[in-house]
Amino acid sequence: MTKPLPEDPFIRSLVIQAQRSQFTRRNMLKGAGIGAGALALAACTPGGTTGGSTGPKAAKDKSDTDKIVRWDNWALYLDVDSNGHYPTLEAFEKQTGIKATYTEAVDDNNTYYGKVKDQLKLGQDIGCDTVCLTDWMVDRWIRFGYTQELDDAMIPNKKNLVPKLLDVSFDPGRKHSLPWQGGFAGIAWNKDHLPGGLTSVSDLWDPSLKGRVGVLSEMRDTMGCIMQDLGTQIDGKWGDAEFTAAIDVLQKQVSDGQIRNIKGNSYKQDLQNGDTLAAIVWSGDITQLNAEAGDHWAFALPSKGGTLWNDNFLIPIGSAHKKNAEMLINYYYNPEVAAQVAAYVNYIPPVAGTKEAMMALDPALADNQLIFPTEATLKNAHVFRSLDSAEDQKYNAQFQAILLGA
Amino acid sequence: MAFSAFATGTAKEQAPRRKSKIALLLLLPGILYLMLFFLVPLVSLVITSFQQPVPYGDIGEFQNAFKWENYVDVVNTYGEHIFRSFAYAILATIFALLFSYPLAYFIGVKARRWPLLQNLMLVLVIAPFFISFLLRTLAWKAILSDESFVVTGLKALSLMAPDAHFTGTPAAVIFGLTYNFIPFMTLPLYSTLERLDTRLLEAGSDLYAKPAMTFFKVTVPLSMSGIVSGVLLTFIPAAGDYINASRDFLGGTGTQMIGNVIESNFLVTLNYPAAAALSIILMAVILVMVTVYVKRSGTEDLL
Repeated sequence: MTKPLPEDPFIRSLVIQAQRSQFTRRNMLKGAGIGAGALALAACTPGGTTGGSTGPKAAKDKSDTDKIVRWDNWALYLDVDSNGHYPTLEAFEKQTGIKATYTEAVDDNNTYYGKVKDQLKLGQDIGCDTVCLTDWMVDRWIRFGYTQELDDAMIPNKKNLVPKLLDVSFDPGRKHSLPWQGGFAGIAWNKDHLPGGLTSVSDLWDPSLKGRVGVLSEMRDTMGCIMQDLGTQIDGKWGDAEFTAAIDVLQKQVSDGQIRNIKGNSYKQDLQNGDTLAAIVWSGDITQLNAEAGDHWAFALPSKGGTLWNDNFLIPIGSAHKKNAEMLINYYYNPEVAAQVAAYVNYIPPVAGTKEAMMALDPALADNQLIFPTEATLKNAHVFRSLDSAEDQKYNAQFQAILLGA
Repeated sequence: MAFSAFATGTAKEQAPRRKSKIALLLLLPGILYLMLFFLVPLVSLVITSFQQPVPYGDIGEFQNAFKWENYVDVVNTYGEHIFRSFAYAILATIFALLFSYPLAYFIGVKARRWPLLQNLMLVLVIAPFFISFLLRTLAWKAILSDESFVVTGLKALSLMAPDAHFTGTPAAVIFGLTYNFIPFMTLPLYSTLERLDTRLLEAGSDLYAKPAMTFFKVTVPLSMSGIVSGVLLTFIPAAGDYINASRDFLGGTGTQMIGNVIESNFLVTLNYPAAAALSIILMAVILVMVTVYVKRSGTEDLL
């Protein structure tokens, strides 16, 4: 059955032209060939099989001839002056003659991983020689063999590190990663609306705050706070029962409309515009928010415990400037340099002696509990224990299901 | 009829007699481009959607298989999100059409006498494009927040319950979708209405048709190509949109659309087969809906 030709002369001519070039056997074969080519190309794209492979090989180090180092980091995570220069980084360049490129390329652990994972799997350069990522993501990179082993001889200042950070469950002996900055997750509230303040995570479930509560989309911080509120030691031994109990609490508060929203970095806007009056948040953000938008918010570690996390340097498997990156890490473990950084970023520096250096720089900041926590404060903050792969997948799926309302 | 504007009025049949080598050569870059950036990713997506986890593998490790159950699983788990996406997209398209048609009619027909006004209004329709889509949506989030004058004003007038919110609700997401796609609806409508022959409207009233009748019998059919392209340009991206419904913008945990589910599966839980299967379902449903719609509105020439 043939369709009548369309009336429009332009379309009509196109149709006639199309009808003239009928399908011959030869054309068909040609078409099939092209299709097969596409399939072959598709098969080359990564994402297929992996399981149990040996993992990528480290790139050859060209540091001695190629004096550069490229550093990917989160936004607002290095001291910067009003002209957009990084004073500590420029001092490093002057000291070592290594040209440093600093990029605020990390917006979120997951999106950054999504961007570079295929190159990592092939052992290719991902465009940086060191990157700072959060504990659990570093855990994953080390598990997959995506990091290069660090040479302690190149990092003598490692001895300056806070002893507690020298041995972590995901990287025994710190062979593949080293801390950059740390922080707390705890509770924050709007001082104008809640002059009485909050003391525990359960206070967030108060009916008067219905629909004005926020929690973080970072599983370990939100779940860590809730689990501690239920009495679980998050750095100790716990399993499905404890996690599920906390998930049930979260699910109930979300379904009841007590928790309005679950967000990543953008929760700051909600605090600012008043949608959120109380929330589970990251410590340094509140210091920065108060500095930017007037002193309206207060932060506290919940009485039953908040979480402590660290972002860590690691050297990607494809980097050809490992030695330069190690020199950079070593440089930032000078207490004076660490103090300059801490004065800007307001997170917890990993270097012992930073507080003394800060005394000279800005005595007021040296007393800030969120930058230089005392033993008593630290006792109330715990690290979410590292999860094995199966747990990681299972708990992530449970948490994401709440985020998606599934 | 949509392309009649391009054809010369008195053109005879000018079909080329033989296949031109140059024409094929000119088509080659386009074909290669589509092969590389459409066909290959599509095939890769289909393959991924049938993959299964590596036994005892780590997070995000999958191997090739023919696990068609992936499709059943995602429909069972995320059926609600799939339905919600299309419901939101259809509503947003209808609202955008209801809002844009009078606007486009005014600019394209009523404002013909004042070309300056016509151009000014067109600029106003396009002006939002000068600002990033994300920034505009964030601005709306601030305008519609609990302590904003909009919400406090509505509450003062008792038009909103004292403990009600706007951000994070389906209404906010549909509002955002409608707002963001209005220019895509207005411009094609304008381009057809601008060519509307007003003598036909006079003829309608000469034949004793009421204005409403003239509108539905003359204006609407003549602007059908604009309506169809406007609806397609709005509906297709709106169904896959993941910005407005995102928890970071106007949405909440109860308003997540299929785009958000794909994003979460792809970036966070690293369940690539689920994300791929959802993408293919989204494409297939859109394709079916669009085909049915175009067939029914009798404008196959557009495709």
